[in-house]
Formats: sequence, structure tokens, C-alpha cells
Amino acid sequence: MHSSSLPNAFLSLLRRDLLLAYRHRAQVFNPLIFFTMVVALFPLGVGPEPELLRTMGPGLIWIAALLAAMLSLEGIFRSDFDDGSLEQLALSPYPLSILVLAKVLAHWLITGLPLIVLAPLLGLLLHLEPRGIGLLLTTLALGTPVLSLIGAIGVALTVGLRQGGVLLSLLVIPLYIPVLIFAAGAVDKGAAGLDVTGQVAMLGAFLALATVLAPLATAAALRITLD
Amino acid sequence: MIDNRERTIRFDATGLHCMREERTLFDELSFSLGPGELLQVEGCNGSGKTTLLRVLCGLKRPDGGAVLWCGEAIDAVFPDFAAQLAYVAHTPGLKESLTPLENLSMAAALGGPRNGMAPEDALERLGLPEGHEELPCYKLSAGQRRRVALGRLLLSSARLWILDEPFTALDVSGRALVNKLLLEHAARGGMAIFTTHHTMDLEGASVRAVHLS
Repeated sequence: MHSSSLPNAFLSLLRRDLLLAYRHRAQVFNPLIFFTMVVALFPLGVGPEPELLRTMGPGLIWIAALLAAMLSLEGIFRSDFDDGSLEQLALSPYPLSILVLAKVLAHWLITGLPLIVLAPLLGLLLHLEPRGIGLLLTTLALGTPVLSLIGAIGVALTVGLRQGGVLLSLLVIPLYIPVLIFAAGAVDKGAAGLDVTGQVAMLGAFLALATVLAPLATAAALRITLD
Repeated sequence: MIDNRERTIRFDATGLHCMREERTLFDELSFSLGPGELLQVEGCNGSGKTTLLRVLCGLKRPDGGAVLWCGEAIDAVFPDFAAQLAYVAHTPGLKESLTPLENLSMAAALGGPRNGMAPEDALERLGLPEGHEELPCYKLSAGQRRRVALGRLLLSSARLWILDEPFTALDVSGRALVNKLLLEHAARGGMAIFTTHHTMDLEGASVRAVHLS
């Protein structure tokens, strides 16, 4: 006699994935450490000149965020596929695309949100101006959910393959490129005092489009993978 | 009205055909199940029993033929069909680092409109020792995990149970329990399709068998 409805299923799945992440904390920190290390090591490699770092900073932080997101992607569906939970999800009477959205949201809360929290510190490290840091946060907030949403499609297609890792990168990276170009471009131009409404609006459009379409594509891909 | 609906609840497979790498697993396989009927799928290892069950669940598309729920293709009535289906696969579908209670609560939330037992009661019915429902599943034995997975059946009033080797890793009392659950399910007008290599004692229920070679 328990209440069961689509919102309840969505929230339960979200809570379950967050709980699982909490019980495997070490795995969650892995992409974050990678992100921090890449950005922190960069000045040691190219030299500490503030001008140079300020020019390279936005692009660097975005590339590091993108690669950190790639590192954690497989986790969206890997364990569910291996232990049979994915079959149970696919056999739920609720739309698989909505359940997928809950899983992607959990993935973003675990991997994307911490990147946004860390980014201002790393921005300071690279001598970004306050306006640049503000724009960096805006673009990360709009862009990292897109990375999770698009990545989920790639993982759904490759999770059934024994050696899907390389294929996943090849599938997903080209789709990440527009996000990278618009986001890094916005921070760059914004720091130089130019108007970036266009780029930011474009990122917002990517996010809206991905939120609507990516879960449908992911659900279809999962059904193919399970077939 | 209710009687009418009762009579139309059927699960049919018509002319199912399935290939695996150029080899025919089964061909022209047809059967029909009505309320209270059980179906045992027999066959040696690798004969396609699990594949057949996955086809019947709608997870896998057959190479030919159709699976019908109340006379309609399961794809066409999927949410309704899924709400009436409880599938326990060979891999138990449990999260190792969650407790049995957390696992079953999740299953209950995903399963659609539920009117079965509460997760606590289901675990008790499946004979999970007191206190074990709060341990992470990786600390349980294989048989205990199987019992937790089977607990999913009791969360709903699903009409159709599809069970892949439900007796795996179960001890004598566990097998007797599953036997009893199947009989009770059939007595309530439920249907079940299962594979097993164990002999079952399903006296009093209408049991049929299909053999895959």
C-alpha cells in the first residue's frame, strides 16, 4: 500500500543513484581530482606568466571539465547493466526516457556540480578577471548538463560492448565540440569586455534541446543495447 | 464486467522464432496461458531458455512471431503489460551496496501502481533472517540475495511472473517456499513462466511445459 507514481519513481531513482555515489565516494572524487590536477599542473608546464594564463585559462578549464566528464560517463549505466537493474528499469511501466533523465540528473549532481563549485578557485589560480570567472560559472552551469545528457546517449549505445571505451570517446567527443567552442568563446570574449549574449543564449538552446531530445535517444539506445 | 475482463486476460505467444548467430534457437513456438496456468520451460544449457524469457518480457525482439497480452501485441500495450509483469532474471538486479530494504523500495517505486506487500513484509515472507534487511547486499549469501530478488514478486499484484532459474542458490526450504508462492499465485488466478532444472511439486495447479531443443 505505498504511493507509486511517476514523480515518486523519478525521485526514488535519483535518491538511489545519489546514495550509491555516497557509498562509493572514492570513485566520485576521481574525476574531480583529475580536473583539479590538469588545471593546477598547467602553469607548471607552460610557465606562470599571468597574461598567458589569462588567455589560456577559460579554454583550459573547459577542456579539463570536458575530459573529467568523459572519465565518469561510463558509470551512468555500467553497474546497472552488469547487475540486471537496467532490465528492471526497461520493464518499468513508466517511460524509460523520464527514468533516464533521473539518472542523468544524478550523474550531473555528482560530477558536474562539483566542477562548478571548484571552478572559481581554479579561475583565480589562472588569473582570470572576476567577470571572466562569472562567465565561466555561467557557461559551466549551462554546459556541463549538456555533457551529461549527450554522454548518456553514447554510454547507452556502448555499455553492452565488452570494449566500448574507445568507441564511447569517438562517439561523444564530436558532439561535445560545439559546447566547448561556444562556452570557451563566451568566457574569452566576455573577459575582453565584448557582448556574449549570443554565445550564452546558444548554450542555453543546447541545454534545452538536449534536455528534451537526449533522454528519448538514450532510452531508444538502451532498448537496442538490451535486445 | 469484471468477469468479462477476467476471461480476456491471456498471455499468448504465436509462432515465435529466434536465431542466434545463424543457429535457430526456437521456431514456430506457440503457447497460450490463461489465469491460473503455469508454464515450465525446459531445455539443456544453451538451448535458449533465457532468450525465450527475455522475448516474452519484451526486452528482446523475436526474429518472427508475436507476444500478445490480452490479445494485443505487448509493444502496443506496453505500460499496461509492464504493470502486470514481474520478471526475476538470472542476475538478481540488486545493488550490492544497498540494503535489501532499499533495493525492494526502489523496485516498488519503479513498478507502477502497486497493491502488493510492503517491502518489509515481502522480505519477512521470503524468510530473510531478522536484521538482515538493513545489511548491504554484498554481505548476504547468494541464496539470501536470491530471496531478496524474489521478494520483488510480492510487491505487486502482477498477474504474470517470469522467473529465470528461481531456484538457483536456494536451499531446500527456499525451494519449498518458491514452490508454495507459485501455487498461491496460480490459485489467485496468476500466470507464471519459469525455467528450472529442479523437480517441482506443483500438485493441484495447471502446469504445462515447453521443451527447447
